[in-house]
Amino acid sequence: MNSETLNTLNSYSKNKYKYGFVTEIDDEKPKKGLNEDTIKFISQKKNEPEWMLDWRLKAYSKWKKMKEPKWANLSFPEIDYQDIYYYSAPKGFEKKPKDLSEVDPKLIDTYNKLGIPLEEQKVLAGVAVDVVFDSVSVATTYKGELEKLGIIFCSIGEAIQKHPNLIKKYLGSVIPPGDHSFSALNSAVFTDGSFVYIPEGVKCPMELSTYFRINAENTGQFERTLIIADKGSYVSYLEGCTAPKRDDNQLHAANVELIALEDAEIKYSTVQNWYPGDEDGKGGIYNFVTKRGLCEGKNSKISWTQVETGSAITWKYPSCILKGDNSIGEFYSVAITNNFQQADTGTKMTHIGKNTKSKIISKGISLGKSQNTYRGEVSFLRKADKARNYTQCDSLLVGNQCGAHTVPYIDSKNNTAVIEHEASTSKINEDQLYYCRQRGLSHEEAVSLIVNGFCKQVLQELPMEFAVEAQKLVSISLEGSVG
Amino acid sequence: MFLEIKDLSVKIENKNILKNLNLSINQGEVHAIMGPNGSGKSTLANVLAGKEDYEILNGRINFKDNDLFDLNIEERAQEGMFLAFQYPVEIPGVNITPFLHSAINSKRKRMNEDEIDNLSFAKLLKSKASDLGINIDMLKRSVNTGFSGGEKKRYEILQMSILNPELAILDETDSGLDIDALKIVTDGVNKLKTKDNSFLIITHYQKLLDYIKPDYVHVMVNGSIVKSGGSEIAAEIEKDGFQKFQ
Repeated sequence: MNSETLNTLNSYSKNKYKYGFVTEIDDEKPKKGLNEDTIKFISQKKNEPEWMLDWRLKAYSKWKKMKEPKWANLSFPEIDYQDIYYYSAPKGFEKKPKDLSEVDPKLIDTYNKLGIPLEEQKVLAGVAVDVVFDSVSVATTYKGELEKLGIIFCSIGEAIQKHPNLIKKYLGSVIPPGDHSFSALNSAVFTDGSFVYIPEGVKCPMELSTYFRINAENTGQFERTLIIADKGSYVSYLEGCTAPKRDDNQLHAANVELIALEDAEIKYSTVQNWYPGDEDGKGGIYNFVTKRGLCEGKNSKISWTQVETGSAITWKYPSCILKGDNSIGEFYSVAITNNFQQADTGTKMTHIGKNTKSKIISKGISLGKSQNTYRGEVSFLRKADKARNYTQCDSLLVGNQCGAHTVPYIDSKNNTAVIEHEASTSKINEDQLYYCRQRGLSHEEAVSLIVNGFCKQVLQELPMEFAVEAQKLVSISLEGSVG
Repeated sequence: MFLEIKDLSVKIENKNILKNLNLSINQGEVHAIMGPNGSGKSTLANVLAGKEDYEILNGRINFKDNDLFDLNIEERAQEGMFLAFQYPVEIPGVNITPFLHSAINSKRKRMNEDEIDNLSFAKLLKSKASDLGINIDMLKRSVNTGFSGGEKKRYEILQMSILNPELAILDETDSGLDIDALKIVTDGVNKLKTKDNSFLIITHYQKLLDYIKPDYVHVMVNGSIVKSGGSEIAAEIEKDGFQKFQ
């Protein structure tokens, strides 16, 4: 590695985080720490029915007996669950504002700074947005238009009030609260998130999107998202996240459940850009997220696409349970780690039905002193006749102090299963850089071009408007400098 | 003088490769450098382009009134220097259209010219490709990825014709080409020849020079130019090999 490359890498490492500002706004919090009173406080704040509180308390009693999963290739100090606020809401949010004129202008400002204008007429055409600020949903756009089609798109808190039957039937049906300690924690203290229901035969005409923002200090964000696509329906859903720069680590433990009934399709895309910590590894979000989709019906399809560039720690395995015959699960992932970031991410594909198919494309890019692990599990149960999986994991190393790891598990109980696995690890190549620069591209342009090329297979799975954003984000994560 | 190399000595990993090499090229001239394997021909090409693995021991190079050593790789390229690589590297996932579009615009920017827009560039690329008998489908693929040796060389010439360099260095572009591919490549070079564009053609074989007529032929042996003259030298080498020059 020559000196110029090292210089460029060093300049990349001086990662400047564009979204690191804090909104000065009065907020309302319970006491720090987790106990039954905290949960009761949350449930009361959200004006929840009794059955919801019981559900939470059951999850809490499970959590108390559980330990964090430790198998990931991550190292971090013990999380002190008693030193975290479990609820934070901008003041005056006991009742969700009816329209934007009731929302604190500072909040609207915050989202404008983030490039998410909330005023409907300014919202990017064709994208409906639900915005979650710390623990509460701030605004959901395009609601009326969606209602005409029978589509429900609202905060999960609202859904608990208005659609209790759907919630009772599906909440926790894909990720049981007792699945592991983070799912139990989330089930006990989740505060807000989005709820989507697409009725039978409806193709949702616009992208649905949720934007998550952690603002308050020492606050955990525990959002819960539930998406149900009824028979023959289709929905594409986007999720974006940012947080201010803080010296302390902040905990984010979300649960996302997807259910696709017969012939339904859900496409779920994430661009995760939580604050990653500074160049010395100080601060940043601990991102322990459980995402799981159930292809319940025949011919259903669930597709996860993620671009993970932020967080100090990413622990995340969007998975598919392929229960319906002929159902399809897909996972497309780009994970970029820089400085001292650690990512342990991948997927789980569980083939239960006949002729089920899954496809995994994972691209890991490591820079600085970061560690990047792909972890995947593909399993074929006894009845999964003629099921197929294709897995491709590619790692790209930039510099010589970072690490890339690939941990694929395969478990087959059916001998008609077909499994293909390809993996590669490469270093960004001096010859490629020389070639690009000889054509007149700067060193930075060349690195960005090569990395974007490396991720292309995944980025092209993102919805159009998002893909452009993601491409920029990839370049920014490399440069660390934002114009 | 357009390009002037004076007393250039270069080493890599404690091995002296170029030894007090002298060479001058004027605008519009075609120079050929011939020499046996290991004589330092490719080193010369890479030192001109700015590859960083080499240690310059002494000498200087002037290019368009610049001290070449003051310019980094991309600045030299933007000033109009182009190297057609002997072994073009694969860049998976990177399409030629955005790649060359950024390249041409970075050059235009340095020359204080307006950037070329997407549409005009796409048209330019298509027309140059069809001139060179390059299938449009090839333009949809990633740079050099999965190309045959001949395709890669043609692709280099396509890039050269788009960037229209003032000094094009062809590093053994003929190696590994069959006669048809060689014709396409040399046609491409001949089409670019104007009174302003200069060429430095590095080759091991005389065959290439049947298609591109050089104004000067230099024989390079052991890191120095040992003989210079007209195309009669190429014929001499064809007949007797490099031995008599060593």
